[in-house]
Amino acid sequence: MEEIANLFHGFAVTLEPFNIMVMVIGIVLGVIIGVLPGLGGANGVAILLPLTFSMPPTSAIIMLSCIYWGALFGGAVTSVLFNIPGEPWSVATTFDGYPMAQQGKAGEALTAAFTSSFVGALFAVIMITLVAPLVASFALRFGPAEKFAVYFLAFCSFVGLSKEPPFKTIASMMIGFALAAVGLDSITGQLRLTFGYTELLNGFDFLIAVIGLFGIGEILLTMEEGLAFRGGNAKIDLKVVLRTWMSLPRYWMTSLRSCVIGCWMGITPAGATPASFMSYGIAKRISKNGRNFGKGEIEGIVAPETAAHAAGTAALLPMLSLGVPGSPTAAVLLGGLLIWGLQPGPMLFVEQKEFVWGLIASMYLGNLVGLLIVLTCVPLLAAILRIPFSIIAPVILVLCAIGAYSVNNSTFDVAMMLVFGVLGYVLKKCNYPLAPLVLAIVLGDKAEEAFRQSLLSSQGNLGVFFSNGLVSSIMVLGLIALFWSLIQEGFTRLRARPAL
Amino acid sequence: MSTQDTGSSTGPSYRSVEVGLAILIMAFGALVVAGSISAGIRWGAEGPKAGFFPFYIGLAIIISGAINLWSGIKPDSQGGLFAEWGQLRQVLSVVIPTAIYVGSMPFIGLYVASIVFIGWFMRWLGKYSWPMVAAVAIGMPVFTYIIFEKYFLVPLPKGPIEEWLNL
Repeated sequence: MEEIANLFHGFAVTLEPFNIMVMVIGIVLGVIIGVLPGLGGANGVAILLPLTFSMPPTSAIIMLSCIYWGALFGGAVTSVLFNIPGEPWSVATTFDGYPMAQQGKAGEALTAAFTSSFVGALFAVIMITLVAPLVASFALRFGPAEKFAVYFLAFCSFVGLSKEPPFKTIASMMIGFALAAVGLDSITGQLRLTFGYTELLNGFDFLIAVIGLFGIGEILLTMEEGLAFRGGNAKIDLKVVLRTWMSLPRYWMTSLRSCVIGCWMGITPAGATPASFMSYGIAKRISKNGRNFGKGEIEGIVAPETAAHAAGTAALLPMLSLGVPGSPTAAVLLGGLLIWGLQPGPMLFVEQKEFVWGLIASMYLGNLVGLLIVLTCVPLLAAILRIPFSIIAPVILVLCAIGAYSVNNSTFDVAMMLVFGVLGYVLKKCNYPLAPLVLAIVLGDKAEEAFRQSLLSSQGNLGVFFSNGLVSSIMVLGLIALFWSLIQEGFTRLRARPAL
Repeated sequence: MSTQDTGSSTGPSYRSVEVGLAILIMAFGALVVAGSISAGIRWGAEGPKAGFFPFYIGLAIIISGAINLWSGIKPDSQGGLFAEWGQLRQVLSVVIPTAIYVGSMPFIGLYVASIVFIGWFMRWLGKYSWPMVAAVAIGMPVFTYIIFEKYFLVPLPKGPIEEWLNL
């Protein structure tokens, strides 16, 4: 009950006029950051952090967290309209969002994405409010082996649930792992796979790969068909929004499942990207519309967007209660707290009640304000579709180049973006899935680190991945996901066999 | 690369590109294995050495590439065209100017390169009028300058003209 009273006090703090103003400004800036490829939530929060130095800490953290919510919402816009994920967790949204936009259903796709994002975030905030201490103590049990098991499950789900040939999925994923391994080894500090090129010291940033593979690759695929833009007939108004809202309750089970996956992945902390992919993969396997996934199925948007927002929000829980950031953006927010002299951790809930509960209340209101702002802007955002392709294509290419450059201030990265673009075009035409490649670049380092730390702790004994009930069950789930097609085939044959 | 005639159109066959890509992937895997061996693939003082993990990744790339190569050359593999020559020309009409745009960026800066690139694209491929071309080709870099450099303080590559304008 004390939490509820604290929360109401937090609402009173958040509803002060100045805090509402910084909330709206934060959301709008966040949406712009999310829409622009290459400027992710973490970058945006980091760049705008100095703006908040003159504010009281509660207002500052409200603004920064609202930039984060805005970026989470904005990432879906370019995914749906141009097949360019503004954020890595928006990659899975492109699978069905872009086909829907091509079919003239951009309004439905965007409304579904924004609403699902809101639902995911709301679920995670309620979870943070109610079960924070319990969940935080559970997350403390996660060692390197458990972390690796979570990554293993995410990757195996992709191989087992992919509609592309399994060995093409594996090849694609392994290329991603190899690219992630280039540069400085984080454990030994040794250089590897650079072959003497100084440009490769920092390795390959996943944003460069994402911008190239998806952004440039898609433009090249579209160019095959000439300059006709296929999404031009999208019509969006209040009716479309209301109609989409009416249809969404049908997917309540998918939403609920995605909320749970998202919260789990956000806290552990695997993050929003594997959460969105895993949620999409499971929804595809379980849903009765699974066969239509990838062709413009609204459920294929609901699953990843709900999970990504739930994970993104849940990632703040370990940051606040333990001082362990669950995502890169949470890490930047943690840096902000330290700048204001606030020490994140269990004592924060005791010593800075107003701050903590003001932030939690702003999570409720910020997401609601965010939903209203992005939905109001849907007609404006979808109007971009009516611009002819020969105008929008060079503009996107320039934005991609800017995005790729701004990651490390390197023109080499821009050249790599183009290489990834051509590679993406060829791979996609040859039926190699791109998503596992990107996922492996994003998580390759973390997965390898967890794997090597686990082996180090067990002196090279692989049994460490089956050493307790928690890690064993996650690994077994991963193996089931990996061999899912074979298991399913076996069951089908067994059923087809005539009874003796 | 073999070509295929489907009656009305010609272009590289899907199978030849599939096989070529699989060989390329295997070569990449071999490169990863070689790089990993030079980084060390055994157990060191800090546990597995830097090349340990990528070595097995490289092996997995070679094996999966070989299986994809096998399925590509099998008689029942997917036939047909990868793309028509005309379609590939369209793709190259974007790839080559984009490569020139990217290559020129360190020398003439992002803004001038973007003006020329957008202008060329709209005028040559889109056949737009000069006023329209000028509006978009100049308006877009100005907009990005305000958003990125002024608001978000993200420095973008500049050339002699930007320096002359003191931007």
